[in-house]
Amino acid sequence: MELYMSLAIGVLFTVGVYLILSKSLLRIILGTSFITHGVHLLLLTMSRLKTGAAPLLGEQAESYVDPLPQALILTSIVISFGVTSFFIVLAYKAYQKLGTDDMEQLRGEQNE
Amino acid sequence: MVILHLAIILPFIFALLAPLLNRLLPRVHTGWLMLPVPVVLFAYMLSLIPVIREQGDLEGTIPWIPSLGVDFHVYADGLSLLFALLITGIGSLVLLYSIFYLDKNKEKLVHFYVYLMLFMGAMFGLVMSDNLMVLYSFWELTSISSFLLIAFWHKREKSRYGALKSMVITVFGGLAMFAGFLLLYVMTGTFSIREIMGDASAIANHALFIPAMLLILLGAFTKSAQFPFHIWLPDAMEAPTPVSAYLHSATMVKAGIYLVARMSPIFAGEALWLWLVSGLGLLTLVYGSYRALKQVDLKSMLAFSTISQLGLIMSLFGLGSAAALYTGTAQAEFYSKATMAAVFHLLNHAIFKGALFMVVGIVDHETGTRDIRKLGGLMSVMPITFTIAMIGSFSMAGIPPFNGFLSKEMFFTAMLNIRTMELFGMEAWGTLFPVIAWVASIFTFVYSMLLVFRTFGGKAQFDKLEKKPHEAPLGMLISPVVLATLVIVFGLFPNLASYSLIEPAMAAVHPGLLSPGEQFMVSISLWHGLTIELFMTIGVATVGILLFLMHKRTAVLNQPLFAKAILNRSYDGGMRMMERLSGAITRVYMTGSIRHYLIYIFVFLILAIGMTLFSEDALKVDTTGFADMTFYEAAILIALVLSSVSVLFVTSRLTAIILTGAVGYLVALFFVIFRAPDLALTQLSVETVSVALFLLCFYHLPKLKKELVSLRFKLGNFIIALGVGTIMTLVALSASGTRPFQSISHYFLENSYKLAGGKNVVNVILVDFRGFDTMFEIVVLGIASFGIYSMIRLKLKEDGAEGGSLKPGTALPLNGHKSNDVIFKTIAKLAIVIILGFSLYMFYMGHNHPGGGFIGALMASSALLLLGMSFGMKTVDRIMPISFQKLTAFGILIALLTGVGSFFFDAPFLSHAFGYFHIPLLGELELATATLFDLGVYLTVIGVAMTIIFTIGRDQ
Repeated sequence: MELYMSLAIGVLFTVGVYLILSKSLLRIILGTSFITHGVHLLLLTMSRLKTGAAPLLGEQAESYVDPLPQALILTSIVISFGVTSFFIVLAYKAYQKLGTDDMEQLRGEQNE
Repeated sequence: MVILHLAIILPFIFALLAPLLNRLLPRVHTGWLMLPVPVVLFAYMLSLIPVIREQGDLEGTIPWIPSLGVDFHVYADGLSLLFALLITGIGSLVLLYSIFYLDKNKEKLVHFYVYLMLFMGAMFGLVMSDNLMVLYSFWELTSISSFLLIAFWHKREKSRYGALKSMVITVFGGLAMFAGFLLLYVMTGTFSIREIMGDASAIANHALFIPAMLLILLGAFTKSAQFPFHIWLPDAMEAPTPVSAYLHSATMVKAGIYLVARMSPIFAGEALWLWLVSGLGLLTLVYGSYRALKQVDLKSMLAFSTISQLGLIMSLFGLGSAAALYTGTAQAEFYSKATMAAVFHLLNHAIFKGALFMVVGIVDHETGTRDIRKLGGLMSVMPITFTIAMIGSFSMAGIPPFNGFLSKEMFFTAMLNIRTMELFGMEAWGTLFPVIAWVASIFTFVYSMLLVFRTFGGKAQFDKLEKKPHEAPLGMLISPVVLATLVIVFGLFPNLASYSLIEPAMAAVHPGLLSPGEQFMVSISLWHGLTIELFMTIGVATVGILLFLMHKRTAVLNQPLFAKAILNRSYDGGMRMMERLSGAITRVYMTGSIRHYLIYIFVFLILAIGMTLFSEDALKVDTTGFADMTFYEAAILIALVLSSVSVLFVTSRLTAIILTGAVGYLVALFFVIFRAPDLALTQLSVETVSVALFLLCFYHLPKLKKELVSLRFKLGNFIIALGVGTIMTLVALSASGTRPFQSISHYFLENSYKLAGGKNVVNVILVDFRGFDTMFEIVVLGIASFGIYSMIRLKLKEDGAEGGSLKPGTALPLNGHKSNDVIFKTIAKLAIVIILGFSLYMFYMGHNHPGGGFIGALMASSALLLLGMSFGMKTVDRIMPISFQKLTAFGILIALLTGVGSFFFDAPFLSHAFGYFHIPLLGELELATATLFDLGVYLTVIGVAMTIIFTIGRDQ
């Protein structure tokens, strides 16, 4: 399972990076979402999968899965929600104001 | 902590208070409010003179970075005390003078005095520090405050140029000195000057000894404007004259000399030290005095004069270091005469040069020019100023009975003494010293005379002046009169200073020469018989008067050097070249294209991680213990990959958004499979809210065009993307094969219930073990939501200002849908109640079961979103008449207060407590402060989510 998950993570990163390198703002925002998903799965996979019960001590299981990546991911999910919303608003405000979402046209002036 | 620490901090406190005091007492000249600082410090320093003489040196320490050996260690000995008296004494007079010099209505006084106090504190700290790192910090702070003061009239281009030049040169030297200090640390393992002195003999043969010495000297020479680094000082004269008098003549430029004197016990005895310090000093002396001769601007003349006098003092300290070679013999005392002369001249120079600068300031202030070609005949209209100028100049020229005469005689003595030295090649070259000194003294004599008589003597030509000259106001005259009086007092009664100031300073420079209880013999008198020195002085005066009289006819001397000196040209050229070079290099990679920057990041990531994986031999895949995969899981995985890849090819916005959402939900399914209920719940709620958000913005977002780009562009992107993907796969796999250290996870599993009373380990980590992180996380969220709020509101305001009427076209309905959607509304009513109830349950159960603040809040937000969609936003406003921005702030406040609350129980920030209580009917109930913290999180996240959604929803 870890092997296949690793490959899927690779795919998520590839798609995310490819989108981020494109010119359209919307694609860039979607790309960040993909990379975020990739990171989350990467964190989970790195601590081995399905090694025990969910980290709820009420389960009284023999072993539990690693709670640490889960805490990290939970933080990350919420933060990326904030960041993504910020990006979206920034993007559409920029589009409203400047009439383009092409990063090549939005780039800073030469010799600035 | 001793009073000395407080004394150092006092000017900084006043620098902070200056704006406030100015606001409180707007009618008072800020200078009056600052004046008590140097006066009090001066009085305190005076009171320390007998203390240090009788009880020995004062010291005290405050730990700063003890692990690195950096402590705020103050140490006051004779040398520090002499400098401290100059800093505070001249400081008081300059401050008083500046009150009359700077017009309250025209200048930004608060800025001026903040910088001045900053400088005073820094300079004071510099001479009191024993720790090299602290000394270095103060050293750079003096450079910075000097920069600010030179550029005080920052609208003048020349001021900015001068400020930058002084900063570049002195900070360059400062960095070299820093390196030198580090080398000393490498050799001795301590930053304490006094401890290093103790080790001085042990490190003298170390390979780093000479490099350390050269680097430290570089710092001293740049700061004290020694040839060829002197070029910044004439340009620094663009500063207001009080600044020139204070920083660029009496104190800051002497920091280099202080450093040489301070380091002398460590490096004295080294031939290179003796030759460099005294040789370069002498060169600076003769060069500076010759250049001063050619200046037509009074301040430039004084600047070059200062350079040359600094050279004089420097060379004397250099020669004085020879005494260390003869420790224990009678000759030690003989050579230490140079140090005595240096210390005495240091004091004298500060006094007479301070007076002269103030005179020049008065002339400038009253006539509007400093050009000696336009000035002349001021004697009759400004008699007091003329008298002060004459006293100062005659002292500088070395004419009796002024203090300058005494120290110049002692200077000649030291120069003559060095001829007898039979080490380091002095026996061959020593004779040059008195000769050069004599020539330089003639130049000094001539420009001193020029300074007085070209300005005050000769024909009056008032028609060339901007203003009609008259005597300066009384207040402006007080300070120079005090200084001129001191010139005479120290000239007639030099022994006032000999055992109070000079001897303790000498003892600090030559700690090894005296056995305990001994003192240097310091006896200075006006008349000491018909000595060679006296004949030298008579010679100087004779030749000087001749030259002065022939001055107008001697073309070489009369011609001002209009052409810029080679040194200045090379400085300017060097700066231009560096600017151009760094500009060119920067332009190559700073293209302004975000794509390029991202490519740098990604390529670096690939290389850095790839190389680490390769070099650490981490590419091991250990498949034992890999979980097996069911058909169901495989199906989800394939769906995930397919929907990801297809995003690359779609051309419709809606499809792209929905596909991204699908990937999010599939990831949530994986969270379920991988036993992460909290994550699954969070991901599901976030994904729901996010998709709603995307759709709200949908109308505003541009259409996805098919990108018309070259194949090369696409291929490049694809290769980089594939590289990152591959690296990440490798990282994921290698994590299975290598585990260099033990995971800390078991700690949380073991202690979650024991220490924090919670059974949901993930939630406990978030609110308890790592509560601090969570607190910052909600702060970040709050900032993001306020950012969104202001971005949208700002736009609205701008449009409003333009006069355009706002169209009430919002993405979210204001009053509910007009269409007949009874079914939707009825179901929504029920669903909202259920979701809200469930959200509260989730929040409360979070400590022991899946749930918690984040999840509960996101669910509540979904419920409110549903309410807004079905009944309109006005309904939401009516049901919840609160501002969501305030809710965010309130939530953060609760979290913060929970953390602060633990201080009351003497526990570190964010310590939590919990207990079990028996409550009738409800049974056993756990109450934990962590729940309170989680409540803060809950409220913040609702506030943030609703702010984001409703702000966007309301936007047209």
